[in-house]
Amino acid sequence: MSDDKKTKWPFTLEEGLKMFLHGVRHSMELGMALEEITAEGLVVRLPYSDKIIGNPDTGVIHGGAITSLMDQACGLAVAQAMAPDFDITPTIDLRIDYMRPAEPGKDVLAYVECYRKTRSVVFTRGVAYQDNRDEPIAHCVANYMRMGLSKIPWSPRKTTEEGQ
Amino acid sequence: MSIKEIVHQCRETNDYARLVEAIPYAQTIGMGCMKAGEEVIFTLPAIKSNIGNPTLPAIHGGVLGGFIEQSAQLHLLMLMETPTYPKVVDLSIDYLSAGLFRDTFAECHVLRMGRRIANVAVTLWQAKKDEPIATARAHLLLS
Repeated sequence: MSDDKKTKWPFTLEEGLKMFLHGVRHSMELGMALEEITAEGLVVRLPYSDKIIGNPDTGVIHGGAITSLMDQACGLAVAQAMAPDFDITPTIDLRIDYMRPAEPGKDVLAYVECYRKTRSVVFTRGVAYQDNRDEPIAHCVANYMRMGLSKIPWSPRKTTEEGQ
Repeated sequence: MSIKEIVHQCRETNDYARLVEAIPYAQTIGMGCMKAGEEVIFTLPAIKSNIGNPTLPAIHGGVLGGFIEQSAQLHLLMLMETPTYPKVVDLSIDYLSAGLFRDTFAECHVLRMGRRIANVAVTLWQAKKDEPIATARAHLLLS
């Protein structure tokens, strides 16, 4: 990640993504953490906890917690794909397929990537899994809209560029 | 007490608060449910731990997704002859506008309820019912 120092961000990609994640209160509430950044995408961890149990009879976590994980992870993949630029990118739509229930007591990981970026829209996809990425719990596609830099009140460029 | 037993108990009293209370995730996001005659409206009060975008502030898109899933599941539980907890097979959400930091409401419409699969459309709104902030459709496995 030696290229990071040349970006317009006044911090590394990892620092920028962590700052983004840590600012999202609900994701912090659920204990999400950035696990890994790869060349194509990234991995976010959702720890198992009692408060995300969906079925009290079985202890299986609620799909909603996985939806939150996927929306958050895909949002980070958008930021990764946008870097060294920065933008506000709300979710336009999100589709999730649940292949099987998550095993109780185990953390869930999300591997996501941005596969296409246009002037207005960023396209992402990913899987949620526990032990093995090839045996996913869920598959997700989500699209995000690029709002345009001018609408960002907290652009990190503020500190590096004039007149913003 | 199992979910099935709680559903039976709720049916007798026509009060589903106990069912919502029995599900930890629903409690975490602060969900509630109101019955108006035969109609059911699910509620998601504005609570700080549900915030996603801190600058607007707006409710986390994932929380809205979880609210949609939970609403569809509870809605079906109320209708099913033998109430077994429905499993979400797939879910597609269109976010129409930012979910601002205020109370959110959901209403479900069962478009088809087969023996094994149900198709449910869910609409979310905040200020006015005819100004939805998100719409979704989901398939749920009933057995």
